[in-house]
Amino acid sequence: MDSVVQLQRQLVDYTVQLFNEGFLDDQFNQLQQLQDESNPDFVVEVVTLFFEDSERLLDELAKALEQQSVDYTKIDAHVHQLKGSSSSIGAQRVQKVCIGFRNFCEERNIEGAKNVCIK
Amino acid sequence: MAITGDSRSQFHVLAVDDSLIDRKLIERLLKTSSYQVTTVDSGSKALKFLGFQEDEQSNTDTPFGSPNNHQEVEVNLIITDYCMPGMTGYDLLKKVKESSSLRNIPVVIMSSENVPSRITRCLEEGAEEFFLKPVRLSDLNRLKPHMMKTKIKNQKQEDDQEELKISEIQSDEQQQPVQPPSPQPQPESQPQPQPPPPALLLQHNNNKRKAMEEGLSPDRTRPRYNGIPTMV
Repeated sequence: MDSVVQLQRQLVDYTVQLFNEGFLDDQFNQLQQLQDESNPDFVVEVVTLFFEDSERLLDELAKALEQQSVDYTKIDAHVHQLKGSSSSIGAQRVQKVCIGFRNFCEERNIEGAKNVCIK
Repeated sequence: MAITGDSRSQFHVLAVDDSLIDRKLIERLLKTSSYQVTTVDSGSKALKFLGFQEDEQSNTDTPFGSPNNHQEVEVNLIITDYCMPGMTGYDLLKKVKESSSLRNIPVVIMSSENVPSRITRCLEEGAEEFFLKPVRLSDLNRLKPHMMKTKIKNQKQEDDQEELKISEIQSDEQQQPVQPPSPQPQPESQPQPQPPPPALLLQHNNNKRKAMEEGLSPDRTRPRYNGIPTMV
């Protein structure tokens, strides 16, 4: 019993920390509000989906940036998706990074873009 | 008034978004607000679901897991993402508004990008609302009035048809509020001798007969419908 309570407390603390550091924003709260007894795993499901989706997108991005001639339209599409899904779940930091990434792409700054990917 | 089936008491929303995460989110938001939801991942699938063909189609074998499959798939609102590959939300909006069978369905557009010209264009094309993503629970409160409008319109049409059927068979007890006071209560049970022809024709016959009995002018169909409470 105690350990569960402890874990819960740790989870709350960790989440608060993420909020404070700007990793998460209010949209994450919205997600949590949508979770209830009839849908107890909603947040987990969505976040998991996000991780899977992001992984795929980042792979695509890395590949695209390695090409001889970089297809910026494709890259833009991928980043747009990533930005969209991160904002939908409240992953604020990721979202902001995406915006920066897009700027690099607009300036055709490949090095800058690659650095973002690494981050 | 007779209520046919429990689809009337719930609103059915069709959500269109190519992003799985956004689909999940909007589905949860809508279900939390007690709407029935069907999600699809493209505009073309949405049109298919709506039975969009030139004729008024009814899709009884829809593969979309739609909860209610009455004779027609009734959708009370379409909410769609703007940026989608292939058919954008704007294209979908246009197709819906150009269709005689679908144009009454309110359409809401969602977008992650705040582009005023885009918003204006969508609203001008007939979108009821434009939501910026991420969509929140509070945004959904703006949906209800639009859905209510269509419901009332549809219900009124259906109630009118019910009304025609009822008056064929029954007395005019239900129509008391509108009837000018007649000297005696009409023992108006007129069991129709003929097999049920088109309701409209019967109504006309009814009127004539009654009119002759009551000595009133026969063309009084319109006033019948006033004062009949419509269900909300």
